[in-house]
Amino acid sequence: MKKTNGLIAASVLAAGVMLGSAPVSAATECIAPSNPGGGWDFTCRSIGRILGDLGLVDGTVQVTNKAGGVGAVTFAYVAAERNDDPDLIVATSTVGITQIAQGRYPAPLETMRYAAMLGADVGVIAVDDESPLQSIDDLMAAIKADPSAVVTAGSSSAGGWDHIRLLLLAQAGGFEDLKALRWVQFDGGSDAVTQMMGGQIDVVSTDLGEIAGFVESGDIRILAALSDDPIPAFPDIPTAKSQGYDVTGYNWRGLYIPGGVSDETYDGWVERLKTVYDSAEWQDAATGSGLVPIWRGGSEFEAYVREQEKAMADVSRNIGIIE
Amino acid sequence: METLSLLGHGFSVAVSPLNLLLLVSGCFAGTLIGAMPGLGPVNGVAILIPLTFAFGFDPTSSLILLSAVYYGCMYGGRISSILLNIPGDEPAVMTTLDGYPMAQKGQASDALAISGVASFIGATLATIGLTLFAPLLARAAIHFGPADYFALYCMAFATIGGIAGVDPRKTLLSALIGLMIATIGLDPGTGIPRYTFNSFELYDGVDAIVALVGLFAISEILILLEKRLVQANDGLRVRFRMPRWSVIRHTLPASGRASVIGFLAGILPGAGASLGSVMSYTIEKQISNARNTFGKGDPRGVAAPESGNNAASGGALIPMLSLGVPGSGTTAVMLAMLITLNVQPGPLLFEKQPDLVWGLVASLYMANFTLLILNIPMIGIFIRILTVPTWALLPVVVAISFVGVYSISNSHFDLYLMIGFGLLGYVFRKLDITLVPMVLGLLLGIDMENNLRRALSISGGDYSILVASPIAVTLYALTALFLAVSVWLSLRDRRRQADPAHQGGALD
Repeated sequence: MKKTNGLIAASVLAAGVMLGSAPVSAATECIAPSNPGGGWDFTCRSIGRILGDLGLVDGTVQVTNKAGGVGAVTFAYVAAERNDDPDLIVATSTVGITQIAQGRYPAPLETMRYAAMLGADVGVIAVDDESPLQSIDDLMAAIKADPSAVVTAGSSSAGGWDHIRLLLLAQAGGFEDLKALRWVQFDGGSDAVTQMMGGQIDVVSTDLGEIAGFVESGDIRILAALSDDPIPAFPDIPTAKSQGYDVTGYNWRGLYIPGGVSDETYDGWVERLKTVYDSAEWQDAATGSGLVPIWRGGSEFEAYVREQEKAMADVSRNIGIIE
Repeated sequence: METLSLLGHGFSVAVSPLNLLLLVSGCFAGTLIGAMPGLGPVNGVAILIPLTFAFGFDPTSSLILLSAVYYGCMYGGRISSILLNIPGDEPAVMTTLDGYPMAQKGQASDALAISGVASFIGATLATIGLTLFAPLLARAAIHFGPADYFALYCMAFATIGGIAGVDPRKTLLSALIGLMIATIGLDPGTGIPRYTFNSFELYDGVDAIVALVGLFAISEILILLEKRLVQANDGLRVRFRMPRWSVIRHTLPASGRASVIGFLAGILPGAGASLGSVMSYTIEKQISNARNTFGKGDPRGVAAPESGNNAASGGALIPMLSLGVPGSGTTAVMLAMLITLNVQPGPLLFEKQPDLVWGLVASLYMANFTLLILNIPMIGIFIRILTVPTWALLPVVVAISFVGVYSISNSHFDLYLMIGFGLLGYVFRKLDITLVPMVLGLLLGIDMENNLRRALSISGGDYSILVASPIAVTLYALTALFLAVSVWLSLRDRRRQADPAHQGGALD
């Protein structure tokens, strides 16, 4: 990932040189705090495009990639230099909130105003197709019998979102000794799945989007989707809720705006983003890239983010990631 | 037979005028991007992604363009390694070891031709492997667990000792410093910052390309400054001559061996081109260094890493296409692009998107021929770089390096870091410590540590997992054998040096 750092300058340079185009001056800017190609980049590029297409902003939205510190570099930059800019939106997701919950950003959550989430990748719990585990109940029974006998893995570090939502599920199932559960980090969900197919690990907790191909091919079986409702593309996958575990594990995609803007500006952004969410263009873009369109905006979203941060901090403390 | 008809269908997809145009321009752009210090395949591919969106190419055309750039970079990276002793990208580090000495001996055109042909052989053999065995190999690679990866990296590090070899202690020191630098950043296992001194810029660790450009390009200009510009020219005795077939032919067996090694390294997700070129070089050196010519401009020392890294690039496409698992940084960027274009990677890609997969495979064959044809005449142009006096050339190279590094990270911090590495590189050169092991420590150290940590996470901290699988045990046995042969060879060399009758001369 880090090798792919920063296309912005490179792509601007290349676009400038190769197309001979003059720099575009855009009133509205969306910062993706990552390299091109990732989830934050997708958020900015697709939402930015639709904002322009629907005439919700003047001209086009300029997308800037500013990678570093899993979003921390951008967070610090916006707080210090763009704190009252009404024309700036910044992509974020559950990953950014995890970092904040674990104290890895330079300032607390309240530094920014959280506008809305427009879609989410749904977390799933997967096992190999030949695994004896058939349901979350089976999994919980196996964990409780011997936590060290079930090796779990995903695409985040210990204390990252893939890990935390699995632990939230375990907690909901009455398992408290969270530290005893073995967790292995891989670079991506598909890496974890192939290691599971190779017999190195037993259970994968990650986003469905990246591993959907393995579900279709029948190489793996999903024990539960961590969503409120069944996933439209895979209606047969049972949710954790339907199995009696009240846990959701969305990796939502949304936007924050600088903390120093007026309430009118904030409300204006929430309204424009709602228009984007309701458009057919967004519904297509989201489902096309494996997301489930889900809306939470305004004060409801801010409350949701605060609650999520708290849940993450609690689990992180429980497993000793933070004090 | 079925494969052949599918491949035939692929050619019919690839041979559209648009795809051919993309293929040729991608190869050309890739060669240039690869040749520039600071810009490598990852950046090359990433730079072009917004373009593919802007022009609205379909997924097949986009993938053909990006793969042509990818292959082109692998060909291009060697050029500045050979001519300037500055690797154009990470996998080209090994090519400096014998490529630059060849150029200094006045054999720059030979070196460029050999590396061009070697790249062609590596890439073509890998593409054939991809055509015939992709799904099979991908299914086999799955059984490689974290402990096996760790054993593989141990093997790579054990062989590094043989690279430079003036003083093994200095090589070891250099590699260890590289490994230490690799630990900077967020710890992948737990996400906790290590050695970052509360600087967010260091959270993502030290980018290998920043270190690489600093260590090689910046230190080069410092050395030059020290010479006080008096020796105006040290590279004038250059003349273009047609590459000699006799020299190229001599390197073919080396290319063949290196292709197999590189291809196997490429198939393993995460190992990639750098590991491919390192293993190819060190193993070839062990096989062919009977007359102690490696490191002094042996043509096989140029052919092996180039075949190795090109074969690894082809191999890395196998896990990407058959499983949706990126085998290298570049394929990770390509996968992200496919997802954005609504193509679902994964085990069913071959069945669901035959046009895309087989069109790509066919275009890889064509890209290889294009690159070979492009590269041989271009030797005459590239070689003129050497006629530019060093005092004029190096500042330009450094300027390109600054732009390249800034374009990767968009941060001033990386420029300071690069200058810091330049000073470090200068001091090390003064102390006769080779820089290559340090870069390798940095490049391979991260994955080596990650896999050790993964293995121990699986076993709950029980170290016996490291020798629990037959694959790992086999790799350790090979490493032990390799080390034993090295010791035996160096003892034999010592005896030979005592006996002037056997003193080895250069190859030509």
